Amino acid sequence: MKWPRIWRRREKGGIANFSMRGVKLEEERRRAVFTRRALVLGGLQLGAFGFLGWRLYRLQVEQGARFATLAEENRLSARLLSPPRGRVLDRNGRVVAGNRLNWRALLVAEQTSDVNATLETFHRIVPLAEHERARIEREVRRRRRFVPVIVREFLTWEEMARIEVNAPDLPGILTDVGTTRIYPEGEHLAHIVGYVAPPAERDMDGDPLLQLPGIRVGRAGIERHHDQVLRGRAGAVQLEVNAVGRVIRELDRREGVPGQDVEITIDTELQKTIRGKIEEGTSVVVMNARNGEVLAMASQPSFDPNIFNAGVTAAQWRQWTSGRSTPLINKTTNGLYAPGSTFKMVVALAALEARVTTPFERVVCPGHYDLGETRFHCWNRNGHGAVDMRTSVKVSCDVYYYEMAKRLGINRIAAMARRFGLGVDLDIELPGTRRGLVPTREWREAQGRPWALGDTIVHGIGQGFYQLTPLSLCVMTARLASGRAVQPHLTRAIGGRPVRGSRPEDWPSMGIPERDLRLMRDAMWSVVNEGGGTAQASRLPGGFGMMAGKTGTTQVRRVSREQRERGFNVATLPREWRPHALFVGYAPHDNPLYAVSVVVEHGTSGSGAAAPLARDVLVDTFNRFRAAPPGPRVADAARGG
Amino acid sequence: MISSSSLFERRLLARDRGAGVLRKLWSIPWLFVLLLCAIAGIGYVALTSAGSGNADLYANRHALRFGFCLVMMLCIAFVDIRLIAALAPLGYLVGVGLLVLVALHGQVGGGAQRWINLGPFQLQPSELMKIMLVLALAAWFHRASWERVGNPFFLLPPLLLVAVPVVLIYKQPNLGTSLITLALGGVVFWASGVRWWKFAGVIAGAAAAAPIVYANLRDYQRARITTFLDPESDPLGAGYNIIQSKIALGSGGVWGKGFLQGTQGHLNFLPEKETDFIFTMIAEEFGLVGALVTLFLLLCVVAFCLLVALRCRHQFGRLLAIGLGANWFFYVFVNVAMVTGSIPVGGVPLPLISHGGSAMLTTMLGFGLLIAVWVQRDLEFGVARD
Repeated sequence: MKWPRIWRRREKGGIANFSMRGVKLEEERRRAVFTRRALVLGGLQLGAFGFLGWRLYRLQVEQGARFATLAEENRLSARLLSPPRGRVLDRNGRVVAGNRLNWRALLVAEQTSDVNATLETFHRIVPLAEHERARIEREVRRRRRFVPVIVREFLTWEEMARIEVNAPDLPGILTDVGTTRIYPEGEHLAHIVGYVAPPAERDMDGDPLLQLPGIRVGRAGIERHHDQVLRGRAGAVQLEVNAVGRVIRELDRREGVPGQDVEITIDTELQKTIRGKIEEGTSVVVMNARNGEVLAMASQPSFDPNIFNAGVTAAQWRQWTSGRSTPLINKTTNGLYAPGSTFKMVVALAALEARVTTPFERVVCPGHYDLGETRFHCWNRNGHGAVDMRTSVKVSCDVYYYEMAKRLGINRIAAMARRFGLGVDLDIELPGTRRGLVPTREWREAQGRPWALGDTIVHGIGQGFYQLTPLSLCVMTARLASGRAVQPHLTRAIGGRPVRGSRPEDWPSMGIPERDLRLMRDAMWSVVNEGGGTAQASRLPGGFGMMAGKTGTTQVRRVSREQRERGFNVATLPREWRPHALFVGYAPHDNPLYAVSVVVEHGTSGSGAAAPLARDVLVDTFNRFRAAPPGPRVADAARGG
Repeated sequence: MISSSSLFERRLLARDRGAGVLRKLWSIPWLFVLLLCAIAGIGYVALTSAGSGNADLYANRHALRFGFCLVMMLCIAFVDIRLIAALAPLGYLVGVGLLVLVALHGQVGGGAQRWINLGPFQLQPSELMKIMLVLALAAWFHRASWERVGNPFFLLPPLLLVAVPVVLIYKQPNLGTSLITLALGGVVFWASGVRWWKFAGVIAGAAAAAPIVYANLRDYQRARITTFLDPESDPLGAGYNIIQSKIALGSGGVWGKGFLQGTQGHLNFLPEKETDFIFTMIAEEFGLVGALVTLFLLLCVVAFCLLVALRCRHQFGRLLAIGLGANWFFYVFVNVAMVTGSIPVGGVPLPLISHGGSAMLTTMLGFGLLIAVWVQRDLEFGVARD
């Protein structure tokens, strides 16, 4: 609408300044327009400021509480404090798993002007290997400059002292003390106490403690079973941190609950003595026959659990897990063996309970037992003649037990075996303990195979499908000796408080008539102490009372007829084909205190290899507890208090 | 322009000369100077806090710079307004020259070429340019009558005056300052009487062009807009600044956490707390009350500019005052809106409070001109011509 003015301006050009009055009017008009528009602008600006004020009100008043929380979350950082792990003590209070102070040297990169110079100086004081240098430099590069990097762990006192003295020349080097797990007895108790390792993903059970760097969880044995008890509860410290996570100050500290000490039933001295006597492939279990406390549990070979602390090298791991020798495996709980003749008491008691025989019935042993076409041999090819129950144990007559097994059937044998702790979970505090196998007709049928009568016959003498651990054989012996259903256990006290099970009365009766048990004990006594007994060479020396027991020899390979007829001699076989030697026993005969089971792999004969070892072990046990027989822990506590 | 002044004007000028320096000193609006000192004082306190109680870090240098700028401001206040008007085109050319210079040889900072290194000083020509643009536009519209302003061809040269620096600043790239410069030109156009429907047309056109502009934005500029729309989408990346600033502000509450007690600032959650986010620092430590008091003082400056504009009797002074007021207003509004998460973050400081010389220097230069206008507001100087 203003376009025409372009021309008009040219027309009027000269007269614009003509009258003072016209100029004034124009000026007034311009000013009026300006004033109006300036006020509009001012109004807008005021409105804008009002908007800012409203924003501030929204943020600071209406949402103030929310943002205050967010600011606190920003600033506060809770860190967990790891409590000291509880120790494991043996029955005499000796530390078998403890915490050693771990003196460490740390490097804080931002506190030194030259990391390399500091490390060079450190190297002159405490030599660092090339790979250590590389690791430190890598970590320094990767982490924030105020985060300490471990230079060296497990420093000795002398090294610590040298570092402290040279502190002025070592800018950025800090020393601190943490703890690390130590097993003073090394490989002697490795299978029992176990070891610790950094937690894996599957160990994460929701305990915040496991998130801590440097934390260890029990991986095996007591360390694993009592991990919760030993671990304790995490403390927490509330810290103020800045945007990059640097700690500004400590606001609040709540100390954690230290882990409780666990006292185990093992006698370290006894354990070491026994381990000194046994060779590779041998396992020995000694229990208190009255309450199930495991006094010693030795399996050769073993390993040094301290190696797990520093981290196991691949080469070490290969050495442990490959080859015939299996040091990581505890044979007393994980080795599976056929019980052989040591099983005969179970069959005899089953026969008595089922009334398929009497103690006085005699079975004639011609040296073999025929079932249809099949002939089953007695170990004594000449036969034992007429044997009653007591003699059958004493001479370990196989034919007697073939007959008993045939009368009983497999399921009644299995039922009695389970009452003696064979083929059932024993609830011992060693994770991974094998249950073993006591076959039944149903078990076999579940495999799609019928149970044959011939199977029953061989199971009468503890051969066949049985797979039992030395521990369960020891439990069987303890139950025979005490008549109580004692459970094997390793825990005596937690945090100084005795756990249940240390008194004989804590365990229920087996429910087997005392008369039957007495017969069995008498028979087992005769094995060791009567002429003709299979272990009479292993009688206890004078002054220790008398031992009762039972030998066992189990084939690892079937003996063929030709071999038998050629005059078979096991001693000529290659070692790994020789039979295992077993012995179970207890002493003293008249007042059973200790039960023992011995398995010597490829030991050829129970009476030759296992029984003498069991005798020595019992002698050691008597010697060890001569002053104070292993009584219940409650009595200890009373005496101590 | 001086030559064309009337007889009446010459008489006034003579009277001024006789009164001398003392008279001029008396006419300086000391209350306004005090207001500026108060704002700078808030800056001193906030910067002391930003230095975690250590005034040497930022605050003392701030005070020193402010003292220097104060002297400069008072010196400018004594300059004859006609001389200022005469020098306006030259100033504009210098400003554009510096922008070109910075485009060719400037210091690279924050991904953009923005500064000229002058030894101890780092001059940001875009800041200076805004003052020079206001001056040039005020000079151009000084004698324009209502009729003449209505002529589109008369508006073409000032449009070019605005466009050149806007494009140069945008190319730095500095979208925020470029938009502020554009808006500043718009304010002077508005105040000088350009018809409102023209504004409406331009705004409608801009709205239509917005999607095209967005497509041509730099990545970081687009990131600012997207994180503004949803800051939680990238809490550790681009949205971090906005979120942390809002947390700091909000957690301050009504009364604040107290001097040196702001956790967000002192634990470094707050980014750039001594420059762009200084207002957040104030709001966190002194709460809504402190923030509103600060905001009120900043508003007083705007109000004074308006007062000067309304009292001035020559168009040059009016336009200059309204333009300078708008310049200040944009600084404050964009900065505070930015830290409260109301508009995308744009690297705009809070002058006289933030640490940094460029913004303070140019703002105080502007206030020197403003006081010059105030002192010479009654001068009969130049009337509208058709």
